[in-house]
Amino acid sequence: MAGKNCVGIASDRRYGQYQTTIATDAQKIWKIHDKLYIGLSGLATDVQTFIEKLKFRITLYQLREERDIKPSCFAQLVSTMLYEKRFGPYFVEPVIAGLEGPNNEPYLCAMDLLGCTSTAKGFVVGGTPSEQLYGV
Amino acid sequence: DTLSIAMDHLLGLVGKDYVLLIADRKVAYSVVALKSDHDKIMHLDASKLFAIAGEGGDAVQFSEYVQKNLHLYNLKTGLPLSTKAAAHFTRNELATALRKGPFQVNALLGGVDHSGPSLYHLDYLGTLHKVNFGAQGYGGYFCYSILDRLWKPDMSLDEGVALMNTCIKEINSRFLVGGADFTIKVVTAEGIRVLDPVLASSA
Repeated sequence: MAGKNCVGIASDRRYGQYQTTIATDAQKIWKIHDKLYIGLSGLATDVQTFIEKLKFRITLYQLREERDIKPSCFAQLVSTMLYEKRFGPYFVEPVIAGLEGPNNEPYLCAMDLLGCTSTAKGFVVGGTPSEQLYGV
Repeated sequence: DTLSIAMDHLLGLVGKDYVLLIADRKVAYSVVALKSDHDKIMHLDASKLFAIAGEGGDAVQFSEYVQKNLHLYNLKTGLPLSTKAAAHFTRNELATALRKGPFQVNALLGGVDHSGPSLYHLDYLGTLHKVNFGAQGYGGYFCYSILDRLWKPDMSLDEGVALMNTCIKEINSRFLVGGADFTIKVVTAEGIRVLDPVLASSA
């Protein structure tokens, strides 16, 4: 969610299979750069595959552009990468939080598994209980 | 298929300077026990163990594929892969195969390298997680609670073996399908040691 020139992003840390909890220290949020974070929920294997591919693309971006990627541009990248798999998608739901521009304007964006973006001012949610989170 | 994958019991834990892996020794085909002394823990190299649960063909083919690729890496570069790298390589193979022709293989990969002992939990979808202790198959339903309670960091080998024996006793007393024999292997900085198998009759 967004505050005054700041954003916060949070996730749970459970890795489970049906009713069994296998680990309680799973990472679901990754730092892209100082002013950009992405959270990924959904099928664990696709979360891992997708973040590997994303890190690859961002590393190349860094090397070529010699600057940090803008949150809105990053969101577009994620969306495109997901839609490329339109007929065999990655089962992930990204949530992106960052600060954009010289004034550090909060940028929040959530996506479905096909890459449909929904940008918001106050807060974005994703994951299994996303409807309940809207309530909170 | 999901039923037979779950019928293999795999357990593993990380100790002070070793990783302990155990696996049951039964190979089942529908309701028939084909073999009761099958070794399900493969030696990926001198410092890594790969315990596999799954469909017969996939289990052997996939584990041999990983083993040979690790060997090739060693021959090409002269360097041994770290446990973490081997685990991630294995994960990538499973994840790539997922949407082509998935391997019905769940695994526990344990090894000791320059950073110490580590254990990785791998499922057939290609989900990878580093753990202090782990299980595959129905065994987990019985043993996770025991491991949650009794595992602690830096256990000696004797403590680790005793904890595993407790888990084996539980599986053999509470799991629906008869007594299982277990293969027990340890990997330390010195290499792999095969301990005497635990036989259901003696447990």
